[in-house]
Order: sequence, then C-alpha cells, then structure tokens
Amino acid sequence: MKTLGRILMAAAGLLTLSLFIYPMWRIDLSAPQYPDPLGMYIHIDGLEGVEEHDLQNIDILNHYVGMKPLPKPGDMWEFQVFPIVVGAMGALALLFALLGNRRLYLLWFILMVVLGALGIYDFYLWLYDYGTNLDPHAIIQLTDEQGNPLHYVPPLLGYKQLLNFEVWSYPAIGGVLLAVGIMLSFLAYIIAGRKK
Amino acid sequence: MRNMTMKWKFAWALLPLAGMLFVSSCQKPAGKKKSSEGALNTSSVAERVYVKPGEWDEYYAFLSGGFSGQLAVHGLPSGRLFKIIPVFSVDAEKAYGFNEETKPMLMTSHGFIPWGDLHHPDISQTNGELDGRWVFVNENNTPRIARIDLRYFETAEIIEIPNSAGNHASAFVTENTEYVVANTRFAVPVPQRDIPINELKGNFKGVTTFVKVDPETGRMNIAFQLLMPGFNYDLSHPGRGKSHGWMFFSSYNTEEAHSLLEVNASQNDKDFIAAINWKKIEEYVKNGGGKKMKVKAAHNIFDEKTQSARTEWITEVTMVDPREVEGAIYFLPTPKSPHGCDVDPSGEYIVGSGKLAAQLTVHSFSKMLKAIEEKKFAGEAYGVPILDYNATLAGVVENPGLGPLHTEFDGKGYAYTTFFISSEVVKWKLGTWEVVDRHPVYYSVGHLMIPGGNSRKPYGKYLVAMNKITKDRYLPTGPELCQSAQLFDISGEKMQLLLDFPTLGEPHYAAGIKADKVLDRMAKIYPLEESGHPHVTKAEKETKIVRKGNEVHIYMTMIRSHFAPDNIEGIKVGDKVYFHVTNLEQDFDVPHGISMIGANTSELLIMPGQTETFVWEPKAPGVYPFYCTDFCSALHQEMQGYVRVSPKGANVPLKITLDDKPIGQVIEE
Repeated sequence: MKTLGRILMAAAGLLTLSLFIYPMWRIDLSAPQYPDPLGMYIHIDGLEGVEEHDLQNIDILNHYVGMKPLPKPGDMWEFQVFPIVVGAMGALALLFALLGNRRLYLLWFILMVVLGALGIYDFYLWLYDYGTNLDPHAIIQLTDEQGNPLHYVPPLLGYKQLLNFEVWSYPAIGGVLLAVGIMLSFLAYIIAGRKK
Repeated sequence: MRNMTMKWKFAWALLPLAGMLFVSSCQKPAGKKKSSEGALNTSSVAERVYVKPGEWDEYYAFLSGGFSGQLAVHGLPSGRLFKIIPVFSVDAEKAYGFNEETKPMLMTSHGFIPWGDLHHPDISQTNGELDGRWVFVNENNTPRIARIDLRYFETAEIIEIPNSAGNHASAFVTENTEYVVANTRFAVPVPQRDIPINELKGNFKGVTTFVKVDPETGRMNIAFQLLMPGFNYDLSHPGRGKSHGWMFFSSYNTEEAHSLLEVNASQNDKDFIAAINWKKIEEYVKNGGGKKMKVKAAHNIFDEKTQSARTEWITEVTMVDPREVEGAIYFLPTPKSPHGCDVDPSGEYIVGSGKLAAQLTVHSFSKMLKAIEEKKFAGEAYGVPILDYNATLAGVVENPGLGPLHTEFDGKGYAYTTFFISSEVVKWKLGTWEVVDRHPVYYSVGHLMIPGGNSRKPYGKYLVAMNKITKDRYLPTGPELCQSAQLFDISGEKMQLLLDFPTLGEPHYAAGIKADKVLDRMAKIYPLEESGHPHVTKAEKETKIVRKGNEVHIYMTMIRSHFAPDNIEGIKVGDKVYFHVTNLEQDFDVPHGISMIGANTSELLIMPGQTETFVWEPKAPGVYPFYCTDFCSALHQEMQGYVRVSPKGANVPLKITLDDKPIGQVIEE
C-alpha cells in the first residue's frame, strides 16, 4: 500500500498547486435589479470578476455605503504571500511523496489544516474590515433598530441578506480541490500505514 | 451594499399598465361586443397571448412606423412594445439626428432631412432563411434604404437612391442577402430636367436599383440601376429556391397618367408584374455592361468603432438598359393595378393582388420559364416582351373579397391575403385556389405578416394584420387615432383572432423572427476599452477642457451618480461649447442622460461605454445647471452640475473641478 500512499500524497500536492489555475472562493450578489448576479472569484493572487466588468460594478454599488474599492493585487500582502505558501506546500507534498515517509504525510496534513484555518481566519478579518470600515462620509448611512450603524460584512460561507442584495459565499473549484487534496494526504497517511 | 436604482420600481409600475392594455383588448364594455368575437372563449384566448411578468415573448416583430419614419420593436404573442428604433426621423429622446454623432445619418443630396416615411422591413437571410443579423427598411419620400444592426438595435447605415422617386417597392432582400432592392413609384425624368408635366408619357422613367450587401459587414453599395419604362413600381419580392436569381416587381399606372390617377391610372385591364433576372444583369455588368452615370447621393455610415456617422458621397452609378441584356426582363400581365407581389416559400407561385380586381392572380414560375422558351408573347411595352397572360397563369382565386393587397404564406400550403375594402384576411389553398377561411379585421387591413414570411421557411404559427383604421376599437384620442395590429393564431384550420394592439404611426409592413435567432448576437454594452470615438474619455482623470478661440470642448464622464467635472468655469458668452460626454459604466442597462438649460438641442441618452456630443451656445452671463435625465440610480437626483458663463471678454480662467478639487487637464490653444 506504500505505492498507493505515495500516489495519494502526490495527488494532494497537485491538487494544491491547482490553486494557481482555479479560484479558491466565490461570492455572488443578486438583487432585484441584478437578476444575473454580480460575482467575484478569489484567487490566491487577486480577485477576478465572474463576468468581465463585475468588479467595477460591485465597486460602484459599494461606494454608496462607503465600502472601500475591492483590493487590487498590490493592495494586500496576502496576494503576494499566498502564491509562495501554496507553491511551497505543493512542492513539499510532492517531495514527501517521493520520500514515501508516512509521518511526513501527517506532518503535511497538520500544516495544511493549520495554514488553512489561518487563511480562513484572515479571510474573515478582511471581510469584517471590508464590511465595517466604512467611509464616514458615505452617501447612504443606515442604522439598525438599536441605532447602531449598519454593517455590510459578507458571509464567510453561505447566505446573507445585505440591504437589497442576497449574498452567497462558497468555495470555488480550486477551494474544493484543495480540500480534497488535504483529505487525500490524511488518507495517504492511513493507507501507507496499513500492511498489505 | 446598496443600490437603490429606481428602474425596477418603474418596472413594477408598468406591470399594471400592461395588464390594463391586455384587459382592455380582451374585455369590451357591455353592449359593444362584436358578433364575430362572440364565439371566442375569452379566457383561453387570453392565455395564448399572455406572457407572464418576467417571461419573454417567442418572437420579435419589427413593425414599420410609416410616416413616423421609425421602426417599432414588438414582442409576439404579447404585442408589447419594446423599442422604437429611430431610422429616418429625428428622435429627441435618443438624440438621433440631434447629437453630433448621428446628424450625418439624415444627410441627403437635398441636405439634412429630419423626417422620412418608413415602409417595408425585411430581415436578412442566409440560404433562404432568416439569419437575424440586419433589418432593411425603405424610405418612400426621399428614396433611401436603411440597415438596422440587430446586435445593437440601432440604424447602422442609410443609403440614398439616386434617379428614383417614391421608393416604395423596397427594401426586400434576396435569399442570401445578395441584394436589397429599390424601385420608383413616381416616374420622373432621368436625369432630372425641366419638362412640362403633361409630357410624362414616354419621357419619364422608373429606375430600379439593386443594392449589393456585403455578406460580412452588411455594408450596402449600389451595384447597378435599371432604366425601366415610367410606370409606377409598387411592391416586389425575390424569387427563392428554383426562382432564386429573379426579382418580381408589381406596377400600376402603365397608362402613364400624370394627373387624377385614381381614374386615369385605372383604365387598363391589366398592368404588369416585371420579372427581372438579376443574375443575368449582374453578369452583364461584371463584363463591363451598362453606362456610367453621374449622380449625387448620400451614403451615411455609422461606424461602430468611432461611434459616429459619416457621409460619403455617391457620384456615379452603372445604369443598365435591361432590354440590352438577353432574357433579363419580361412583363407578366396582371389584372387591375396589382399592389402586392408575393412569392410563395417554394418559389413557384407569384401572387399578384390587383387592387381593383375581383380575383387574385397567381403566376407560375415554371410556366413563365416555359412561356419564355416557347416565345409566348402578347406584344411588348417599350421593347420589353409581354408574356401571354394564359401562358404564365397558375390559377385564379375567384371572388376572394374586395381590394386585395398583400399575401403571406404559412409554409403548410396555404396563403393569406388581406382585403382592404372588405376588411378581412382570407385563407386560401395553393394549387386548388379555393378559399378555406376568412376573418374580419378592424378595419381596412393593409399589410399582413407571418413571422418568417418572406423566406423559404415561414414559422406558420401567428399572423399579424396591420390595419389603417381603428374608429371605435380603442378609447378615442380626439380626431387622430392610432392604427393597429391584430394577432391571429394560424396553427389550426381556422384563423383565430387573439389580440389587438395599437401601433406606432402607420404600420405598412413588418418582419418577424424567432427571438433566439437574434439574442445570441446581441450586445449588452459598448466596451469602453474598444471605443475609438475621437472624443472619448476613458477615465475621470482623463477629463479635460480645451479652448480653441471661441470653441470650447469639454470632455466629461458620467458614472453613478456624478458627472466629472461637475463644475465648469471660464465659459464666455459667444463661445460654442461642445460637451463630449462618455458614460463610463460597463453594466447592462445603466444609461445616463444629460441636458443643459436652454440648449437648443435634445438631451443625450448615453449607453454604457458610449460617447455622445451636444453643442451649447450660452447667450447671457450666469450660472447654468445641467443634470442627468435618466433615472440611473439612487442618487440620480443628485447627478447634476453647473457651468459658469462670464461676459464676452471676461478674464475668468478655464477651470474644471469635482468636489472642489481640480480634475483633468485645462488646455488653451
């Protein structure tokens, strides 16, 4: 089963590296005026509109409530660091597969779970800042029933209603492949430990 | 995230309106019910034309606006009006003919003409089937043909037809859109000259024009003109299938009367349908045939790259005497001033509707070829062979009604003819020539249209009758009433009247096509990056103001919900101020408008990615507001700005700002 373990571990590496091609996450926004939702993909190195002009159109809408423009690749350190981390972890997975040491598989798995959790936490912090750090001169300033300023934090995962927009946030294909890759590494650890 | 654009509110507001239209067409006040409708089961009929809110119609119908000069876009089966495409008349709503970009579209050899009489839409074809790329329409008064591009639903090109008058037998296309034709309804001297009117006979001509269409771009060019006898050429249709390569034109006033035509042009027992073999003439011209003739005609092209129209002048045409081309032209005698000249989907039958005849005359294409081969001639007119009436006759529909005008086909072996005087549509069978059904229309129908009608494959599901007179059909609107269209279901044995809706101007003819054939190619925005408009501003930081003497050019942008710049100073009385305004939006259905107090022109209504220009000549010092005219967004009301106008000779420097901060460039030349 050692060979199978290696194959699974190598697959985990390749699936991780697929993030260089596929986006990690997707956020869709639909409203009565947007029956075809606006949407953005989050790649490891920047944002991309689902349709060509979606980012510009999201920014136009967001400026009314004082949200900052969506970050360009140079605006966030994450977009520089993520490719390095992902590339390194992918390469490490391939190296570990070559070495065939199942404890290294487990090490990789744990590293990825930790890094993944940190990544999601970072993503949450960004969403929170994006939705709450609003321009004090925003055109539209609304308050909730208690009189607190209304915030527009998009959901980390799942659905949320933000004013007239219904927002969906969910893993895109790269995110799914990454999750599969992480699970495969653990599977590689289990399988490689089994005697035939 | 907040977008409070009000458009959807308006959409909701319109729904009840649509509902009212719908209800008023189906339910009449008690005591006003017409017997012919008594048999209709109103609810089941209503279901068949009811397109649920948010759902789409199955067909586009392009209805001619007649003397409005424009083309109306309706949906079928609902009859809902979506857009009025300005073609031959200025349209202040869309700045067509008012902004600097579209003014050249209405240029003619007579100068700028703000109005036209739009008659016959025809959709481009490939292999005899509608391809949904362009709609061609003709202008009757100052002879022109326009091409509407269905990617944008905008007029892309207008070509003036020289040597013609009353361009009525137009703008019909051949089955691969090789040509779109024009013809002369009012014979005139060619070339024009000073001559007594009563010397018309024999001296005046009716010039037929074949306009070549570029298969890729749609660009039109006059390929050749035919110098024909001075009859009044009325309508035409192309041959198709076996008769592809021929064009058929009906004519009246073969008497060549010049006055009181209602009597004097109704004397001959038979007038003619001219059968023209354009392939032979094309070959003849290709081999150097025809004479070059000096002319002056405008060719107006809207360049989608520069988003601007320009006029090119046509200075020469090739004029062909068709009698010099062996086998290129024959006259088919057709009773009593034929109007419609309609070719069935197979290309075999040519239906001539003699307006004053008590019958419909159907010629056979194959019999026509045989008669030509066997030289069955009944004489000639101005050297053009007249074929023997009986030799080309396929059959006659006896006593079908009074005042036949036009015929369309369902592709299932039946023809449908309109009768103006007896105000009805009559269904008859090709081959047996028997009448199988008839249905009254309200009132006095002119054209009718079956979607896909002028092609090898009509869809055969609906028929639209277009009526000249409405009298008591709708809530009256003073002396001037709307004209109307009536939708019939023709899928069954009997025609069934489904719907009745008002139309723009006078709907002479229409063309209908399955919506999906058009939707695939449609543009949603004008990509800003691709704009080659000479005065485009692609970002707010690229805005500028340029003074050249007393001419000032302001390069301005618009995006939700502000103009940039929105404060402008340094304009002086006596300046001619050009506003070049670019809509920076790249989102579907986010137009912005602009208008300026006292500007002697229309608003601009600018689509995403488009640039348009209006000119303003301030007459007195002051501060003048401008604003967005299209409710674009939640802060639409705030989308406004000011221009300061100083006295002539004042020293106020040019200044453009946004939020009191300088923006863009100031250039004094």
